[in-house]
Amino acid sequence: MSIQETRKTMSMLPGDEVRQIMWRYSDRYDVQMAVMGARSVARGLVARLVADGERNTHEWTAAKNTMYQAFDDSGITAAGLDTSYGGIIDGPRNFALALIAYELSWVDGGASTTSLVNNLALAPIVEKGTPEQKERYMTLCCPPQPGEDRKTWRGAFALTEPLPYVGVDTGVLSGKVRVAEWKEGEEPMLQVEKRGRFITNMEAANFVTAAVDTGDERIKSSCMIILEEGDEGIFDRGSPTLKMVHQLSNTCDPIFNLKVPASRIVGGYTIQDGQIVPNLNHSEIIEAVFSRTRVTVGVMTAAKLLSAVEPVIRYHRTRFRGAVGIEEGSPRYDLGLQMKEDALHRLADLWATGEAASSLGFETTRLYDDITPIEDQANAQLAEAGINGGRAKMKALREPQERAIECIQLMMLPEGERDESRVQELYDDVMVRYVWLDAITNVLCPACKLWDTGHGANMLREAVSMMGGYGITEDCPGFLFQKWNDAQLEATYEGPEVVQRRHISVTMNNPVFLAQVDLWIHNLTKLAAEQPESGAAALAAGFEMWKWAQKYLSTAADASGARLYRNQRQGVLFPLTDAIAWLVAARSLIADVQELAQQGADHPVVGTDIKGYVNTFNDLCNIQSARAAGEVGRICAELFYGYVDNAEQTGGAAAEFQACRAKLDASLAGSKLAKDRAGKALATIMIPEALDYPA
Amino acid sequence: MCSLALVPADYTQMKINQMENKTMEGLQIVVCGTLVPDPLQTLEPVTTPTGPGLKNETMLPSVLDPWAAHSLYEAANLAKKVPGSKVYLVSLGPKAKLQQLMMTVAQKVPFELVAIDGTAGGFTDAMEVAKTLATAIEAIPGLDKTRLLVFGGCASASRDAGVTMQLIGEQLGITDQFVGVDEISMSDDGSFSVLERIEGGQYLASTCAGAPAVLAWATGSLPEPPNNPQVGMANMRFVMPALQKAQPAAVGVGGINFEKSEVPAQKRATRIVKDVSADVIAAEIVEWIKG
Repeated sequence: MSIQETRKTMSMLPGDEVRQIMWRYSDRYDVQMAVMGARSVARGLVARLVADGERNTHEWTAAKNTMYQAFDDSGITAAGLDTSYGGIIDGPRNFALALIAYELSWVDGGASTTSLVNNLALAPIVEKGTPEQKERYMTLCCPPQPGEDRKTWRGAFALTEPLPYVGVDTGVLSGKVRVAEWKEGEEPMLQVEKRGRFITNMEAANFVTAAVDTGDERIKSSCMIILEEGDEGIFDRGSPTLKMVHQLSNTCDPIFNLKVPASRIVGGYTIQDGQIVPNLNHSEIIEAVFSRTRVTVGVMTAAKLLSAVEPVIRYHRTRFRGAVGIEEGSPRYDLGLQMKEDALHRLADLWATGEAASSLGFETTRLYDDITPIEDQANAQLAEAGINGGRAKMKALREPQERAIECIQLMMLPEGERDESRVQELYDDVMVRYVWLDAITNVLCPACKLWDTGHGANMLREAVSMMGGYGITEDCPGFLFQKWNDAQLEATYEGPEVVQRRHISVTMNNPVFLAQVDLWIHNLTKLAAEQPESGAAALAAGFEMWKWAQKYLSTAADASGARLYRNQRQGVLFPLTDAIAWLVAARSLIADVQELAQQGADHPVVGTDIKGYVNTFNDLCNIQSARAAGEVGRICAELFYGYVDNAEQTGGAAAEFQACRAKLDASLAGSKLAKDRAGKALATIMIPEALDYPA
Repeated sequence: MCSLALVPADYTQMKINQMENKTMEGLQIVVCGTLVPDPLQTLEPVTTPTGPGLKNETMLPSVLDPWAAHSLYEAANLAKKVPGSKVYLVSLGPKAKLQQLMMTVAQKVPFELVAIDGTAGGFTDAMEVAKTLATAIEAIPGLDKTRLLVFGGCASASRDAGVTMQLIGEQLGITDQFVGVDEISMSDDGSFSVLERIEGGQYLASTCAGAPAVLAWATGSLPEPPNNPQVGMANMRFVMPALQKAQPAAVGVGGINFEKSEVPAQKRATRIVKDVSADVIAAEIVEWIKG
């Protein structure tokens, strides 16, 4: 009897207990409750809004506005705040916010954006604001406590400007800040002029964190500045943006011309030689903000992918029921379109993509929660040593980078051969941990945004097509058409794909990250030997291929002798960024499945069915790893041969490349069998009688 | 101790019997309720080595039994009106599943959980469930039967025996029992009036001198409260310790034999009709409805 016939498969789609283990929050009851709170809003109010056609207008209707109160009541608003200001999550806030976004996006991406954008508006203040700014705005944004009679403040984040600058570069701004009044011994008053474009939450915003450049020689640099609706001057919310997606978020093109005190400069300022010097320019703040929030956008698309699985199964399975001649109990009655291998395989691809996208997103948010306190400690150490600012900091981090690489290399040695005390010493070092985590997150974060939303959007189109004509109707269960459309915005806002590729093209060359890739290859190779069914072999081969290509291309030249690995050579660098994004997503999924296998066996609920879950998840890992490795093989082959006039010009490197490619190709062994098994699981998996939200 | 009267469903004013004058103390409202599979799930009876059950029963997502949930919301509402009152939720179920359930239920209203680790499946005997719950209620520290109201559902989404609450009352020696309750109104002297559903869309209006009493609720009149994380965090201070010290209960293990179980048959009689006007179709449907 073959493995195909004997292996137990998943009997039900993964529930909360499975997800809590995979995504590491079994022991966080506050986070679990936040998830349930968000779910009740998503599958209740939000689903009803979509089903009632509230998305069919750009206008911010009274019905849509009820979401804010629901967010306040259920703890969604407070989840983004520090516990000292009424927040409900103490600790892993990036992760918790991502889970909340996941739950809302499971039903509607716009609702998710509405919940997140308040956090985005607050983020500059939370990350870099002065203590007074944090106190004021976090308190105002906290829903009223029992006995309090006040309105919850909402915020908007205003960076993007109208043409010609829209989408060009976050460093270029036409919004200006000038000195309006500066009386001797008093705080300067500033005049802020800013026109925004695509500014979300503007219909409701009581305050705006706006990016402006200096328009006055008495102000040294750009900054972010806080504007309030009661400030003197023009606070025009503008007309609604005529967007065709995310209609459950409100987006406008506002105009501001306001007089505000200089104390509104985010992060504060000093006066030096008669000049106002913002402590942080707008780019420094944006970097701190976007480095975290864009991961959540990737998670939003991931949620939609996974949300599509159940409706597609139900549609396929019941496709022929009620037709003449289709008798109850017959294969066509029970399985419907699931009798066809293609329907099962395509759905398996969609499911595997959703799993990998979720795993990558949640792993990245967890890493950000890990790095946040370490970053603070590291910065404190640097400040103590008198090191402030970009270049000096970069220089100071070189030494801990070397030690991080040493630690990684030691970890690859077999147990017994490595100096454990040295490993521990390095691992416990704050600076080592900082540069290490920083190197990883600096790739995983843009990779998540890039791959989850970009490839995710493509796969959501697949989901729509799997529903046939039903998919493009308003009646389609699961709102799949809307989700597909919304994914296009998710691939665009908080930095479109090109920005993410540009980011990765720089950070993927960090020697600490490259060492980490070696460690992943090492661990995946070991796992493949121990558990061939895990899909780790293909992924290890994919990483090896990528690493080889990255090294080769970094010194190679094209047929005309021009260097390939240059900033402007995006035809070379960007495909490599796509390739690494495929790989890290598949790796995150394998890591989550390994966690489930290790922790799930003893779980009182999951334990009895753990084999079925792990087996089918392993099949999904196999599918995803093979697909990722296949993409990497294709990309690397195009890059290797694509820049020479004929294959002979590749010289001695060809043999190395071909050996690497052949290894990768061979590592795909069994991946289609895994897809067959995943398909069979999809045909037998038990689903609820009906979707748990209206359609 | 009770007086009974039949009133129509639109009853608004109830005659309160003259009761002996006594000061109202805080109530101890014990709600009996546990998890049932989410009703949207596919519920397929199967035979397991330990008897009948549901396919993938362990993994099925759960909700608080809807009837018990109504009684919990009514209990919390009543406790809010009567100062010094406290609500307990006594739940018999697998504690890992109860824990998951509490992530939602604990956010609804304030209560203290009393957990009993055992099956919550539908294939149990109402008497053994009642005994287990009554024992757990008796063991609540500081229980004062003169202030005790035992709430629960008049039915259940799992087996719907319809007698469990009455049996709990008998075990506890509480003979004032009300079934199919939709409303309770407390008086300052501790007496209360109750509306019970009876046939014909009518209510049976009763008055009771006071606790102890058993109230098996129908749906009540309160909506499901929205999740409130602050309430949830306050409840969790008691929920986790309660789950940790939950005692195992031998419920649903022998003693009763189920010979057969099946879901009600779904009948779908589709008939394709051509060249017939909507009026004719409508007339035929009307006739069919009339029987």
